[in-house]
Amino acid sequence: MNAATPQAAVQVQSVHKSFGAQHVLDGVDLQVAQGETLAILGQSGTGKSVLLKLIIGLQQPDTGSIRIHGQEVAGSDMRKMNELRQKIGFVFQSAALYDSMTVEENVAFPLKRHAQLSDADRRTRVQELLASVGMEEALGKMPDEISGGMKKRVGLARALALAPDILLFDEPTTGLDPITSAEIGELILKLQRERKVASIIVTHDVQVARMVADRLALLRDGRILITGTFEDLKNSHDAFASKFLSSAWQG
Amino acid sequence: MASSRLLCLCPASWSTPILVRFFEWFGDFGRFCGRLARTGFAPPYEREEFVHQLSEVGARSLLLVGLAGAATGVVFSLEARDSLLRFGAKPLLPTIIVLSILKESGPIITGLIVSGRVGASIGAELAAMKVTEQLDAIEASAVDLYKYLVATRVLACVLMLPLLTVAADFCGVVMGWVATTLTDPIPLRLFVNSGFARVGFNDLLPATLKTAVFGLIIGLVACFEGMRARGGTAGVERAAASSVVYASIFIILADVVLVRIILVFFP
Repeated sequence: MNAATPQAAVQVQSVHKSFGAQHVLDGVDLQVAQGETLAILGQSGTGKSVLLKLIIGLQQPDTGSIRIHGQEVAGSDMRKMNELRQKIGFVFQSAALYDSMTVEENVAFPLKRHAQLSDADRRTRVQELLASVGMEEALGKMPDEISGGMKKRVGLARALALAPDILLFDEPTTGLDPITSAEIGELILKLQRERKVASIIVTHDVQVARMVADRLALLRDGRILITGTFEDLKNSHDAFASKFLSSAWQG
Repeated sequence: MASSRLLCLCPASWSTPILVRFFEWFGDFGRFCGRLARTGFAPPYEREEFVHQLSEVGARSLLLVGLAGAATGVVFSLEARDSLLRFGAKPLLPTIIVLSILKESGPIITGLIVSGRVGASIGAELAAMKVTEQLDAIEASAVDLYKYLVATRVLACVLMLPLLTVAADFCGVVMGWVATTLTDPIPLRLFVNSGFARVGFNDLLPATLKTAVFGLIIGLVACFEGMRARGGTAGVERAAASSVVYASIFIILADVVLVRIILVFFP
């Protein structure tokens, strides 16, 4: 177990999480440096999304430590937690756009509460954010009037609203066709180049993971089984790791 | 049917004894109220959402509440007239109508109507937001759910219920006069003067203001049930139904207690 380094944007140490009798996470350790992208792979139901929700404090770990830039997340009071959350952008699997608000209002939602901007400046900022994800035309549309891929882009624009240091992606390409998935992958790469954020991407999509991630981590039985580059994992002596990557790559 | 749905409200398991679930519900509800009291009403305030909720709770319930109040006035007039005639007390008809509506019928009918319309609406809205991760998205945006969603809705219910009650009372008295005058023509001025001659502060104000407690119950129960929903569309349906059922039960119980308290302090 490594001690927290000054560069660590996210550090997860010995995190356990259970739901009733089901032990979802059983001692997870991982670390992501500023500017680095980590993709977490694993079978369905292995707790990948739970791990992201623990990092942003939407759920609490049973035991273990989660630090954002050295500050403990677990057990933080609401004020401290909200300060930390302003440094983190979360892109939900379902996009989780507010369905009673327009696209513009969705992206403006965090800005209204945390950025001291005039109405005109806020509108300009929203337009810039939507333009950065190629969605400037959708400003006045409701979420049910746009496609799944477009929702993910708007969700990404909303996550970027407060210029976070850390981005968490929960299955950013699930349910999208291969072309749209590749476009989302390229968008994530572009954002990484421009903003130098620390990113954690939970995904089944090995192609996208290979495209955007500096390192991949394979989660199995509640623990990180192996961490490394795509080639490291593919050439691993661990039978499960090589089988998972080979089958996912071929699939 | 309704009772079986109530039993399955609690997210625990079916195998949990009902008594345990009963106490769990109150424990969770107490924590929910405590959290709201701690963080929900601290600045900065969500003014825009609050004004929106005032409109949702007040303006959108006005027609239904007015209709219910009007129907009550008509029914009272028809029913009371026959009974009073038997005792030779027909001149008391305006007073009976006014007092019955102001002291009890207007407040309780408004409470139950709003618990149905607004309770179901809030319960279903928040439950739908819960199962589609919108509540998580709000929290992830560093916004306090209790301040943004709960405090605004609860306060809107507390403020709007007395105003809606006044509207229900007004419609009830006016339609009570219309129904009375169709059988025994009586000028509106005489009806009102006669009806309100024996109505004092103690009859009007406590009975109207007690509906603020009904509003508190509706807002709290509906937000609580909505935010603890789980299980997709079925969970949304259960949250809406349980919001209405629980709020209605608590309103009826609160009414009994409040009437007793009002009689003690405003005899």
